[in-house]
Amino acid sequence: MRLWDRFLHSFISPGLWVPFGSIVLGFLVGAIIMAFGGFNPFVAYAALMQKAFGSPYNIGEMLREMTPLLLTGLSVAFAFRAGLLNIGTAGQMVMGSLGAALVGVLVPLPPIVHAIVALFVGVLFGALWGSLVGYLKAYRGVNEVIAAIMLNWVALYFANYVIRTAILDPQQKQRSLYVASSARINADFLSALFQNARLSYGFLLALLMVYVFWFLLYRTRLGFELRAVGAGAEAAQYAGIRIGRQVIVTMFLSGAFSGLAGAIEVLGVYGYMTISTVHASYGFDGIAVALLGGATALGTLFSAFLFAVLSYGAAGMQFAADVPLEVSRVVMAAILFFVAASALVRSLYTVTLGRMRRGSLESEVNRS
Amino acid sequence: MLGDPCINRKTNFKKGVVHLMKRLSKGFVLTAVFSMLIFTLAACGGGGSTGSSTGETFKVGMVTDIGGINDNSFNQSAWEGLQKFNKETGAEVKYLESKSDADYIPNLNQFVQNGYQLIWGIGYMMGDAIKDVATNNPNAHFGIIDAEVDAPNVESVLFAENEGAFLVGVVAGKMTKTGKVGFVGGAEIPVIKRFEAGFVAGMKAVNPNAQVLINYTGSFNKPDEGKAAAASLYDQGADIVFHAAGQTGDGVFSEAKERRKQGQEVWVIGVDRDQRDLGPEVTLTSMLKRVDIAVDTISTQVKDGKFEAGVKVLTLADGGVDLPEDNPYIPDDVLKEVDQYKQKIKSGELKVPSE
Repeated sequence: MRLWDRFLHSFISPGLWVPFGSIVLGFLVGAIIMAFGGFNPFVAYAALMQKAFGSPYNIGEMLREMTPLLLTGLSVAFAFRAGLLNIGTAGQMVMGSLGAALVGVLVPLPPIVHAIVALFVGVLFGALWGSLVGYLKAYRGVNEVIAAIMLNWVALYFANYVIRTAILDPQQKQRSLYVASSARINADFLSALFQNARLSYGFLLALLMVYVFWFLLYRTRLGFELRAVGAGAEAAQYAGIRIGRQVIVTMFLSGAFSGLAGAIEVLGVYGYMTISTVHASYGFDGIAVALLGGATALGTLFSAFLFAVLSYGAAGMQFAADVPLEVSRVVMAAILFFVAASALVRSLYTVTLGRMRRGSLESEVNRS
Repeated sequence: MLGDPCINRKTNFKKGVVHLMKRLSKGFVLTAVFSMLIFTLAACGGGGSTGSSTGETFKVGMVTDIGGINDNSFNQSAWEGLQKFNKETGAEVKYLESKSDADYIPNLNQFVQNGYQLIWGIGYMMGDAIKDVATNNPNAHFGIIDAEVDAPNVESVLFAENEGAFLVGVVAGKMTKTGKVGFVGGAEIPVIKRFEAGFVAGMKAVNPNAQVLINYTGSFNKPDEGKAAAASLYDQGADIVFHAAGQTGDGVFSEAKERRKQGQEVWVIGVDRDQRDLGPEVTLTSMLKRVDIAVDTISTQVKDGKFEAGVKVLTLADGGVDLPEDNPYIPDDVLKEVDQYKQKIKSGELKVPSE
């Protein structure tokens, strides 16, 4: 009986078995789908790995893909820790790109300073856009999910309008002018290391943000309050934390991560901002990254890495095994499905089975 | 006392990291081991067939823009051209779809690194990416449709869309009953502006009093927006709508079909390929832009060792733009007039404005 308990417990423990099992199951489901579609899953997964790790260039580009995923993942995770679902990362990213592009194109500044100011303005744009959601939630009672989804589109069309009127490239018509070279954050030594891949200081900044994320949460009063609100808003309020202000600050900082992601895309990857009619997928992928990473700093780092491998390697599956791009999205979706499903199983277990074995459950709680 | 907080903070940080690592390490080691196992298995299974081709076969790759390979428009047309090329010559052909702008460069590089002798970029939006990759790989050869790229190893293919659009403009001007015709454009880029200019000029040539209503949707991959744009044009009284909007144009067809079911006499003029399959009952005609012929011809030339860098403009006289062979809904006298204009344009007697 004890063994059985332990076996069941291994499914419901919030440890690493959940994401790990989900990843394995996700890959399995992906393989089955490919097999049904008439593709060889072994060839496809080999091609995926070949594409993601096959050459320094590919590794570099994969890490380039990872950069925005990591930042939007941190952005979502940060809000999540305070009990908020920031689904507006896409819009905050667009605003970040816009801020960086405006400074990069319009404001003449000396090198380095220019890049720093452009980055900073990008971060600020994203943060303000995020805090707008926080304000609506805190003082106007608007559900943050609804506000954020709608503001995503407002941000996109607003950015398109600004690009068109202020910084449009008259030759191209579909994108802004190039930002000044003084505002670029290309890291030549990194690019050289990875055979000209578009890897910039942005990648290093994103890695630094993993530490910043952890530091903010665990080493500042703000972070403590934020986690307290996340753990139980009413208790936190009773303890004297001002929830309204807290929500705005959380969304401000969460938006800052996304804004940085957007700024890096402009200053480090493209050098311009395009007029686009759809959001880049990074915003919504960030939710998946944060979820798989359990909203922890290192967890997000690793899940961003995994998603980058899948997302960038997908082109390899397409190339070598003729597997459509959509299948790699199916694998990602399957992984997420299993993460979400495990949470469901866990809650069912605690409610029903757990009630019957209250004693054993309490001992588990005590142990952890 | 003064130094203490600093030390504390450091040790705390260390403790935190150690704690986190401890919590995480066990699982991650396991994850890593298992994923390695899976991938090794995968690698074993996949060994032979991935990089098998020898240096002998001629390989042509193409990278689509975000419209994708089934856009009913020029990506699809380009791929049809490559498939024809493959049948004629036995050369290896392959395409890669881009899911965002960020994919253009890695996709092009994928072909370069796999030794493809000719790599096509399809669409205006890929100009910057082709320029970049071509500059970094001076030994590879590239072709691009609809954009001008100035590099010694790139052949840029443009079309005289204005000439083809002029002809469908003549058809529209002759056949409109309401005196109003519509134009749905994708983005306001030079290529699409050429369509618009030719269309307007053709219509004015035969029906100076007719009015053209213009609607740009801003995108090439949103049928819902195309449908909305067409709806507003039909509501304003247009009875014929010409679209140059890629996949967005699919929506123009669905709007026209719905209206036709309700008894309204509305028509669509298709673009790029003969789009009759999207709505046989509402398709008046299509303006063909033979991306397929261009891709096929130039791929064949390159295979025969005749690569020509620079800009190539395919006109009506070259067969680069045209109308379909049969047009069941167009009366003979209109077709005759179209033919007269065709001759005038081909001979150079008539110059069609391009913007």
